[in-house]
Amino acid sequence: MSVRRIDQDHTRFRQIVRGKIKQNLKRFVSSGELIGKQGQRYVTIPLPQITLPKFRYGENQKNGVGQGEGEPGKPVPGQDGDGQGQAGEDEGKHSIEVDVPLEDLAKILGEELELPNIEPRGRKSLSSLAGRYTGISRAGPMSLRHFKRTFREALKRQIASGTYDPDHPLVIPIREDLRFRALQTRSIPQASAVILYMMDVSGSMGREQKDIVRIEAFWIDTWLRHQYKNLEVHYIVHDAVAHEVDQHTFFHLRESGGTKISSAYELCLQLMRDKYPAQEWNVYPFHFSDGDNWSTRDTEHCVSLLKDSMLPACNQFCYGQVKSAYGSGQFKKDLDTAFRGEEKVVTTDIQDRDGILPSIKSFLGRGR
Amino acid sequence: MGNLTPELAALRDETRDLAKSYGLDFYEVIFELVDHDELNMIASYGGFPTRYPHWRFGMEYEHLTKSYAYGLSKIYELVINNDPCYAYLMRSNALTEQKLVMAHVYGHCDFFKNNAWFAHTSRKMMDALANHGSKIRRYMDRHGQERVENFIDVVHSLDNLIDPYSPYIDRGNDARQLARAAEGSTREVQKIAAKDYMDRYINPPEFLKRERERMQKEEQQSRRFPARPARDVLKFLLDNAPLETWQQDVLAMLREEAYYFAPQGMTKIMNEGWAVFWHSKLMTRHLCDASEIVQYCDTHSGTLATRPGQINPYKMGVELFRHIEERWDHGRFGAEFQACDDPEVRRKWHRPTNEGRAKVFEVRRIYNDVTFIDEFVTPEFAEDQKMFVYGQDPQTGQLMIVDRDYRKVKEQLLAALTNFGNPIIKVVDGNYRNRGELYLVHEWVGGDLQLEQAQMTLQGLYQLWQRPVHIETIEGGKGRLLSYDGEAATSTEVTASHPAVGRVGSAKAAEA
Repeated sequence: MSVRRIDQDHTRFRQIVRGKIKQNLKRFVSSGELIGKQGQRYVTIPLPQITLPKFRYGENQKNGVGQGEGEPGKPVPGQDGDGQGQAGEDEGKHSIEVDVPLEDLAKILGEELELPNIEPRGRKSLSSLAGRYTGISRAGPMSLRHFKRTFREALKRQIASGTYDPDHPLVIPIREDLRFRALQTRSIPQASAVILYMMDVSGSMGREQKDIVRIEAFWIDTWLRHQYKNLEVHYIVHDAVAHEVDQHTFFHLRESGGTKISSAYELCLQLMRDKYPAQEWNVYPFHFSDGDNWSTRDTEHCVSLLKDSMLPACNQFCYGQVKSAYGSGQFKKDLDTAFRGEEKVVTTDIQDRDGILPSIKSFLGRGR
Repeated sequence: MGNLTPELAALRDETRDLAKSYGLDFYEVIFELVDHDELNMIASYGGFPTRYPHWRFGMEYEHLTKSYAYGLSKIYELVINNDPCYAYLMRSNALTEQKLVMAHVYGHCDFFKNNAWFAHTSRKMMDALANHGSKIRRYMDRHGQERVENFIDVVHSLDNLIDPYSPYIDRGNDARQLARAAEGSTREVQKIAAKDYMDRYINPPEFLKRERERMQKEEQQSRRFPARPARDVLKFLLDNAPLETWQQDVLAMLREEAYYFAPQGMTKIMNEGWAVFWHSKLMTRHLCDASEIVQYCDTHSGTLATRPGQINPYKMGVELFRHIEERWDHGRFGAEFQACDDPEVRRKWHRPTNEGRAKVFEVRRIYNDVTFIDEFVTPEFAEDQKMFVYGQDPQTGQLMIVDRDYRKVKEQLLAALTNFGNPIIKVVDGNYRNRGELYLVHEWVGGDLQLEQAQMTLQGLYQLWQRPVHIETIEGGKGRLLSYDGEAATSTEVTASHPAVGRVGSAKAAEA
């Protein structure tokens, strides 16, 4: 059997998914939904898939045959309650729901997006050494001798040298065979970080837009939690004025009215000044909106707030612009013009759910 | 070959002899013991580790590996239709599971060898696919991986356009018949024999005119290209598209593979049902000892588990085979039984005919999924299996149970199985508008095409045909023609079908 021919095909598939080769196929890549249920730990694993176009039936008739209890006119049992209307890609594999610890999830995310580990700033003593006896070494005190490994080595040696006799399975370790348990140290991050989410809740941010922000925030949280031991999160919503709110409100509130972005930035700065001095904290402000602002004057004010106060005190400022039917998308353009070449400002355009992963990648991909 | 442990080898011999004693008949089966990663790899290649390189297999591998790693699914068994049959056992399976898998595999192998729909498949496919692999690899060396792979991508997006029944029936498209038809058309109008004085009554001018027109029309038809709508689009492209030699070769190979795999799609329910039927018989009657029965039941019920909104082919197949065996044991067949419409009487019907075993063997020989379901799903079966038809509630988007009538259930099942759930598409004209354009027709039978994808598929097709390509379909009850001419994709509403299409007006067909 040929050796690992599959690896070549697999690499090729990964390269296509990452857009490195065969750009013509990139448009057929679908990434699958990320979160299945928001309840603590249920998530779906991203399972990228390339579906070549075919002549096939449309989605419009969703009927079929099933087996089970129930009267005609009743819903088919075992569906998700809240309308996950168009979940299906097409026939065959959907993304799969699975129970995964958050820790692993962050690792998966890191692998999928090739995220670099963050090099924290602030206090120098970032990690302390902690250890467990999980390693193996060739030298050590007899009290830490690993019997099984030692005898395995001895057996290997005897078989190799031809002194092993299966009829008299006598295995005697010599000094070279000895193996010991060894302390393995790993560094534990000591740094602290704070995420400040700001979201535009003016009338133009609809449910879909909020969902996108919710999913994105979940992943950013997961990743930063994986990187920092102490993570604090604050939520700020704004229309013409800004308020600090709790998580639930943040994702469910629907205000209406005008949009004054500077109000949120001012509140954010206030928090940073009061509680999170830059010497000790890694500060990550994220702002999501649909790109509409009250006036160009206010935008100018925002830019100067960012430039003078916010940027010096934070690791990176991220602005995600969610596409909505009403938003003009002007704000991102203004930021891009004002901060051309500024490494600390990252702006992304999120067209739809498929835009979430690339957006996260550009936010977190710099290792700041 | 075959790297079984002595314990498993003994078990294999025992299982094989048992299977034979029940009348199962198979090619030699070679079992190989592999670990999960190897199994995932082999499965990604559809069972043939030596296939041509393509990213699609890598994608499959990633899916299998991930779902294995997260404990979502694992592959129990993998068996290849070949002589000898190859079957793979996962090293980490418990002994009880190995027993089950072996018994299951012998069921599949018997089915491969004896089911009529597999009769035409090559039994040396292991070699054939290895040859395809090395040929394609050579083409890649010569013409560049990217170029060959792009061509394969295009063919893949068209590989459901084959005629799955063509190996079994004569479509009358072969050259000899066409030549004969062409010959006929040069004749004069045949008059009906009559005395001279009667001639103008028996062969009046209108009659002669009508005859002449009919013959002209026939002639025209035979000059059409293709003479009859061709369902095997891949074959048509192979014969007529302006392809380079290597492209022709690749297309021919992939088409051959599509035909090789087609019967497995045509008999999914039966094939799995048959294998479960036999593993459960062999396991419960012979192979399991008392200490293993719980584990066996656990695994077995995992295989047969159904979720309310889905049909599990294993479950459906085995239940239907058992249902057939029971019916033919109790004489529940024939005109008298068919005529009886009292459900009570039908259920209690008992004439000890004991032909059940013989009947299931006959069924496994000559049926495929479509005929299997069509003939053997009875009202009793649908009721026992709690089958229902569901549909989507347009308001809530929820799936609702619509009906439990067995006729509706059957209809729905058959619709889903017809042509493997793919739309039926034919080439009707390879010289459309006398400009060498390709004209396909979607035979509308109740479902609209996904237009966006169809449009993109056309663009791939254009790469092969290199002249404008069209497909006529019906969308929302109206005729629609999608076209791609190398630059622009267009979609226009049409009222009249292509003259070679049997239907009168597209809109009318939609109503029907």
